[in-house]
Amino acid sequence: MATTTPPRARQSRESVVIRFAGDSGDGMQVTGSRFTVEAALAGNDLTTFPDFPAEIRAPAGTTYGVSAFQIHFGGVDVTTPGDAVDVLVAMNPAALKVDLKDLRLGGTVVVDTGAFTERNLAKAGFPANPIEDGSLAQYQVLTVDITRLTAEAVKDLGLSTREAHRCRNMWALGLMLWMYGRDRQVTTDWLRRKFADRPELAQANVAALNAGHAFGETAEMSEHLVGYTVAKAPVEPGRYRAVSGTEAIAWGLIAGMRAAGLQKMIFAGYPITPASLLLHTLANLKAHGVITFQAEDEIAAIGAVIGAAYAGALGVTSSSGPGMALKTEMLGLAIATELPLVVVNSQRAGPSTGMPTKAEQSDLFQAVHGRNADAPLAVIAPATASDCFEVAIEAVRIATKYMTPVILLSDAYLAHAAEPWRLPDPSALPRFPVHFRTDPAGFHPFLRDPVTLARAWAVPGTSGLEHRIGGLEKDYDTGHISYDPENHARMTRTRAAKIAGIANDIPRQRAALGADHGAVAVVGWGSTYGAIQQAVRDAREDGLDVSHVHLRYLNPFPSNLGDLLKRFDRVLVPEMNTGQLVQLLRAAYLVPAEGLNKVEGKPFKVAELSAAIRASL
Amino acid sequence: MTVATITDAELAPKDYASDQEVRWCPGCGDYAILKAVQKALAELGARRERTVFVSGIGCAARFPYYLSTYGFHTIHGRAPTIATGIKLANPDLDVWVITGDGDGLSIGGNHMLHVLRRNVDLQIVLFNNEIYGLTKGQYSPTSRRGTRSPSTPQGSIENPVSPCAFALGAGARFVGRAVDTQQADVVALLKRAHAHKGASFVEVFQNCVVFNDGVFDSFTAKTAAPDAQLHLEHGKPLLFGPNKERGLRLKRGTLALEVVPVGDGGLPPHDILVHDETNRALAQLLVGLEPPEFPMALGVLYCAPATSYEADVYAQARAAGLGRDVADLGTLLTRDGTWTVE
Repeated sequence: MATTTPPRARQSRESVVIRFAGDSGDGMQVTGSRFTVEAALAGNDLTTFPDFPAEIRAPAGTTYGVSAFQIHFGGVDVTTPGDAVDVLVAMNPAALKVDLKDLRLGGTVVVDTGAFTERNLAKAGFPANPIEDGSLAQYQVLTVDITRLTAEAVKDLGLSTREAHRCRNMWALGLMLWMYGRDRQVTTDWLRRKFADRPELAQANVAALNAGHAFGETAEMSEHLVGYTVAKAPVEPGRYRAVSGTEAIAWGLIAGMRAAGLQKMIFAGYPITPASLLLHTLANLKAHGVITFQAEDEIAAIGAVIGAAYAGALGVTSSSGPGMALKTEMLGLAIATELPLVVVNSQRAGPSTGMPTKAEQSDLFQAVHGRNADAPLAVIAPATASDCFEVAIEAVRIATKYMTPVILLSDAYLAHAAEPWRLPDPSALPRFPVHFRTDPAGFHPFLRDPVTLARAWAVPGTSGLEHRIGGLEKDYDTGHISYDPENHARMTRTRAAKIAGIANDIPRQRAALGADHGAVAVVGWGSTYGAIQQAVRDAREDGLDVSHVHLRYLNPFPSNLGDLLKRFDRVLVPEMNTGQLVQLLRAAYLVPAEGLNKVEGKPFKVAELSAAIRASL
Repeated sequence: MTVATITDAELAPKDYASDQEVRWCPGCGDYAILKAVQKALAELGARRERTVFVSGIGCAARFPYYLSTYGFHTIHGRAPTIATGIKLANPDLDVWVITGDGDGLSIGGNHMLHVLRRNVDLQIVLFNNEIYGLTKGQYSPTSRRGTRSPSTPQGSIENPVSPCAFALGAGARFVGRAVDTQQADVVALLKRAHAHKGASFVEVFQNCVVFNDGVFDSFTAKTAAPDAQLHLEHGKPLLFGPNKERGLRLKRGTLALEVVPVGDGGLPPHDILVHDETNRALAQLLVGLEPPEFPMALGVLYCAPATSYEADVYAQARAAGLGRDVADLGTLLTRDGTWTVE
C-alpha cells in the first residue's frame, strides 16, 4: 500500500458511511465508484447506493441538480448503504442543503469553500453562508478550498478553466482515500486508461488526486482532519468483483440461458426508468448470445419476446410499474399459450408515473394478481445485488421447466445498488436443459408433462408438429379451440395446479437468521433484506428472540411457509408499500401477520426496523 | 419417415388446410382469401413446418386455425410484435401476419407503423372490410364518412385512413392491393409479396356480407370493374377500361394525375405514364385514386427492396461475435476487474 505514515495516529472505525454530493456535473458517481473499488481492493465489505437527480441536466448549482453517491464500507458484514452518513463531501452549497439532513450529529462535513460563492449560496436558497453563520455547529466542519487547490495542482498542464474545474472530484477523492488509508494506484491506472486519448486530462486528474491525498498528509492540520483505519472484513476467501443488481440480473439471465441449453436470448424492452439499465447492459452482450430489441412500446416489447419464446429462444422483457401495467394483456396471452418468459420489473414508487427514480415494493399485488381472469404465474424476488444472479437463473429455470411467464420483482434500489460478490464457479452452476418436442407421435400442443403439467415446447421449424395456439381456450385433450364449460373449468384448474406445483420444486423456507420458531419472525422480501438482516442481528445480539425470514418465492410460496410462520408468536412484515405481502400471508395461512410499512421512496433504515422489532416484543 | 415424405412432396392447396371447420359467415370474402393463400403457398412450394401465420383479433384473425402450417392467434392489434419476435429468434422462418382494418390500423396502428418502417421480413396481409365484423358491425378506421353503424347511428363523422397510403407513409418497401374475389390477382400479389425480402404490405378489399355488404361495389361489381380498376404492371403504361381505352398521365402544371382517352381520337400510348413500382412519388399518387373520378389502382403499387431488419440485426450481432462466448461465463463475470481474498 502506498500510504505513508499519517502525521498523527489514525483512529480505528468498524464501518464508515461516506456520501459524495455535488452538482450533476461534478462527477460524484465516478468519485464514489472509484472509492468503492479502492475500498473493496483493501478487503472491506461494502454496499453502495447512487442517488442521482431525475432531471438529466438540471441547472448547475440548484438543489434539484444534486447528485450523490453513498458508500458504506467496513471491517464487518455490511448489509445496507447505512442509516446515517458519517462523512459528507459537499462540493457546493446545494449539495450541503440537500444532504446535510442525513449526516449524523457530530459527523464530518467536507465543503469546498471555493464553491460557496454568493451566487451558489443564493441558488441553493441559503440566506447566509452556513459555513460562517454557525448553522453547522453540530458537525465537524472541514473547510477546504478544493476549487483553488485543484486549479493550482493542474495549472501547468494547459487545461481550460472549465477542464481544470472538472478535476475537483479527483482532488476530493484523493483526500478521502488518504482519510481512510486507501490506495490510489488502481484509480490512477484507470484514469490513464479512461483518458488515453487526452493524456493531459489523465495527467491533470492524477495530479488532482495526488494533491488531495497530499493535502491530507501534509497540510496544516485542522483538528477535524483525522485519518482512520478500517479493518478488512472477515469475508470468505475467493475471487470477488463489485456487482450491481442490474448487472447480476443480466449475467444471471445469460447463465440461465446456458443452463437451459438455449443458444439465444431475445431481450426486448422499451425505455423506462429505472429498468432501461438492463436493456443497456444486455445490448453489449451479443457475444454471450443476447439479441436486444428496443421495441416501439411496452406491449411490443413483451409481444416480441412471446414470439421469440414461441420460436424457441429464451424470451426476456423488463420494465417498471407503468410499463408492467401495459404488458398485462400480453402476460395473459403467455399464460394462455403456456410459453416460457422472464419479465423483470424494477419497481418504483407509484401510482402512475409516481417517482420514477425512487424504490418501492408496491407491485407485488400486480405481479401476483394483476391480470384479467384466473391467470396465475410465478413470482420471485432477489434480496441483494448479488442475489440477483441466482434469482435470474431460477427465473429461467421455472419459466422453461413449467412453460410459464415468471415475474422477477427487482426495484429501483437493487437496480443501482452494488456490493462485492464472490464469483461462482461456472461449472458448479445448475443445469436444467430444455427438451424441445420433436416426436410427432401422439403430439398436440397442450400435451402435458404428468409431473410438472408443463405443455410440450414445440417450435416452428419442427417437421410434423405444425400446430396452432392462441388466446382462445383450448381443449385439454386435443389443443383445439374449445368453448366447452367443463373443459374450461379443467383448463383453469390445470393452469393453477401447474403454478401451485412449483412449490414442490423449490427449497423449503428457512430462516435467514435465527431459529425456525420463537417470539418474532420478521418476514421480508426483496431489497429490504440488508436492513432487516442488520436489525435482526442487532436484536439477537441484545438477546432478543427474533428471526429473519426472507422470501424469494412469492408465488407460489414455499410449501412449508405456513407451518414455519405458525411457530412464531408474532409475524412482522416490513415492506416498502402499504401492506401487500402481509395480506397475501394472512390470506394464505390465516396468521395474524402485522405490517410495517414505509412508502417514502427510500429504503428502510436499520434503526426504523430495530425500533419496530423492539416494540413488538 | 412418413413425416419427411409428406413435407418433401409437392403440396396441393388442400394440403395447406387444417382439419378445423372454417367458421366465417357464408359468403364472407375471407373464404376467397383463404383459398388464394392456400393456392399461393402451394405455388410457392412453402414448407409447412417453416411457415408461420400470426394474427391478431377479429374475423380475419381466425385465419391461422384454418391452415396446416404453424400458427399463432394472438391478441388485438399485436400480431406484428409477435411476428417480429419470431423473426428475431429464427430469421429462417417464413412469417405471415394476417390482420384487419380495426386490428391493424386502429388498436394495432402503432405496431403497424413500426413493423413497416423497420422492414421486418414479413408478409402482412390486411383484410379491409371497412367495418368491425366480429363485434357486430361498428364503424372502423377505414369506414367512409357517413357510415351508419350501431355506434354511429347518424353516420360516422371521422375521416378514414387509407391502408396503403398509411403503409407508404410508414416507409414500407412493398405495398400492394387486390380484391378478395379476384383470386388470380390475389395469388399473384401474395407471391410477389413473398418474394420481397422485408415487410410486404398487402391490402385485400374484403366484402363483409353481413355488416357492410357491397361497400366496394363501385369498383368490384362485375359491371363496374373494367372501368374502375387499374391493374398495375411494372414498366407498362397505366391503362384501363374494357379495351384499355383510357390512361393516366401527369396533369400539366400540377402534381396530380388525370384520366385521358387513348388510341382512336385520344392520345398516343406513349403519352401515358408508365408504371414504375420503384418510384415512391408515383405510388403516392396512385394510392390516392378513387372511383368514380379515377380507377382503383390494384397490384404492386410500390416495391423498392432494402435490407430487412432482422438481417441487419444479425449482421450487427455477428460483428459483435454473436454467441461466441455463450459457453464462457467466466469471461463475462470477470470483466472490469476482480480481486482475490486469500
